[in-house]
Amino acid sequence: MAAPRDASHTTDESAERSLPADSLGPRPFPVEPPYDQSTRDPVPVLELLDVSKIYRTGEIEVAALRNVSLRIEENEFVAITGPSGSGKSTLMHILGCLDVPSSGVFRLAGHDVQTFDENQLADVRNRFIGFVFQQFNLLAYLSAWRNVELPLVYAKVRPAERKARALAALDVVGLADRAQHKPGELSGGQQQRVAVARALVTEPGMILADEPTGNLDSTATADVLALLDELHRAGRTIVLITHEHDVAARAQRTVMIRDGGVFVPTAAAVGA
Amino acid sequence: MNWRDTFRTAGDAVRTHRLRSALTMLGIMIGISAVVLTVGLGQGARSKVQESINALGTNLLVVSPGSTTSSTGVRGGFGSASTLTLEDAAALSNRDAAPDIQAVATETTSNVQVDYGTTNWTTTLTATSATWQEVRSREVTAGRFLTAADDAGIAPVVVIGPATATELFATLDPIGQTVTVNNVSLKVIGVLDELSSSDSTRNNDVALVPQSTYSQLLVGGASRDSVSSIYIKATGSGTLSAAYQEADALLLNTHGITTATSADFSIATQASLLSTANSVNDTLTVMLAGIAVISLLVGGIGVMNIMLVSVTERIREIGLRKALGGRPRLIRRQFLVEASILGLAGGVLGVAVGFAGAAILPHISDSRVILSTSASIGAIAMAMAIGIVFGVYPASRAARLAPIDALRSE
Ligand SMILES: Nc1ncnc2c1ncn2[C@@H]1O[C@H](COP(=O)(O)OP(=O)(O)OP(=O)(O)O)[C@@H](O)[C@H]1O
Ligand SMILES: [Mg+2]
Repeated sequence: MAAPRDASHTTDESAERSLPADSLGPRPFPVEPPYDQSTRDPVPVLELLDVSKIYRTGEIEVAALRNVSLRIEENEFVAITGPSGSGKSTLMHILGCLDVPSSGVFRLAGHDVQTFDENQLADVRNRFIGFVFQQFNLLAYLSAWRNVELPLVYAKVRPAERKARALAALDVVGLADRAQHKPGELSGGQQQRVAVARALVTEPGMILADEPTGNLDSTATADVLALLDELHRAGRTIVLITHEHDVAARAQRTVMIRDGGVFVPTAAAVGA
Repeated sequence: MNWRDTFRTAGDAVRTHRLRSALTMLGIMIGISAVVLTVGLGQGARSKVQESINALGTNLLVVSPGSTTSSTGVRGGFGSASTLTLEDAAALSNRDAAPDIQAVATETTSNVQVDYGTTNWTTTLTATSATWQEVRSREVTAGRFLTAADDAGIAPVVVIGPATATELFATLDPIGQTVTVNNVSLKVIGVLDELSSSDSTRNNDVALVPQSTYSQLLVGGASRDSVSSIYIKATGSGTLSAAYQEADALLLNTHGITTATSADFSIATQASLLSTANSVNDTLTVMLAGIAVISLLVGGIGVMNIMLVSVTERIREIGLRKALGGRPRLIRRQFLVEASILGLAGGVLGVAVGFAGAAILPHISDSRVILSTSASIGAIAMAMAIGIVFGVYPASRAARLAPIDALRSE
């Protein structure tokens, strides 16, 4: 963990220059791994050990997650399903370093996330994770390409390159002709795809998508899923939250959540 | 995110919320224009005082009755018994005793009504001697000035100021006309030159008569040889302080006073007159500036208020920016820059309004406003500083928000 930021910066900068905008190659985890890289022990990208998340609203306690243990390996494509209110988004926020567990341990590429300070967390989110939020979270006063560009702004990419990469990412989701439109001038599905483009633009090692097909018709859903497949083939780790079975079926593995707890998937559920 | 991105983002935010930004700027603008104008008015008043004191003449000392211990020092006339006499003036005029004094003139004044036919005009009747012209550095444009012979003969003659002449005689030639003061007829023998000072009325509207005429014919009950003040002209600017010493010693001597602290008169130089007048002005300026600063403070609190509203309203944006990798420092910087843009814009507008006010004010009142570049730059810097100071709290609140709380809030 010595000087992790500097290490990440140098790898980033060279990676940004060497990778063409349309490359989908995975990018390394921005903090030096604690394990011996030469042996390449399969350390899981995401590892939850007995994680609980309890929300306290006055007297009432809501356990959004109860004793969840979960391993997701590098380059896995995992779907997380479960009924509404079961804790899927809460889980994604913890996996994305946006929230901290009430108890239990969360390791990201072998690092206990609790030891990261705010700046390191911001850098990990910026360089390693691509988010697609359930409510898009686009900024209304910025045009589509400026929204897509945002993560690159915080990654200190030069303006010209930022624009080129943002436009390329919009092209990937089929919205090249809508680059100048504000989110208010786009349909729900188009906004969803802008949000997907924003998750892709930094070429992160992991994509966390919370119901990315929730607002899309079957063709658009197929497009987004094809995109995720492609990213997966290019070496990314993908965590997809959905409540549609046919969407979940695209993943290698499905994790079912009910009332904040994990259902160990049966053979029947995976084979569906 | 470099500074350029920060400024662009902050600029976008200011432009997106136009009305709100404009109202915030308004608060700062009013405060800054008030500061600029009060400072300008203070400067203007200073320059006016400077001019009117210069108009008294050069290398001048003014002796007034009353003790120096009174802090006003200058015009101790009110209530204090006039302790100055014609004898004092005569003593000061002694070349041997006071070699550095070039000329001495007494003044005794009262306000009177001057009648010419059916026209009347109230002016300052001033009793003085032939030396007044020399001491006060004034010329007559028509006729002649008072002479020693006029004084000796209690001559019923008067020299009037140019403004007085216009009021009484309009376009008529005043010389040789007869005016009436307190039922005594006086012949106009001369008209003074016009002094182009901003405070022109006191210098241009005046009626001068010989000392003897004043005390024996015009103003009954006035002690024959007491005077309101004595003006002393030193032989040069280098001898001013020597003349001061001589006058002080002579007057203490003629008044039979041994300790300087119990003197029953005070001597002021033009410089001391200036500083006294300015100290009054400065007190006023400081008071006004204080009020202006308070209004500026209110403007600053307005900035804070708006920035807090902005942080609350954009809580999701802050959460998103943090989720996408915005470090707390960058978030804080963005909101600080936003606040300082508001402050800076308000400051520039405030200075512009100040300049507009400085152009208009002299037309609607006789006050003078002097604006300096350094004061304007200072005011703009102050406005920006206010934006930053009052932006710190909202900005750090934004920076401290947990990304998930910010994202989840509606
Ligand atoms: N900030 C909060 N305070 C209190 N309770 C919360 C909070 N956030 C979430 N919860 C609760 O935690 C539970 C899980 O919420 P979560 O958003 O993870 O559900 P979800 O599985 O994503 O549902 P959906 O499919 O509808 O998006 C819910 O019962 C919710 O009410
Ligand atoms: Mg959810």
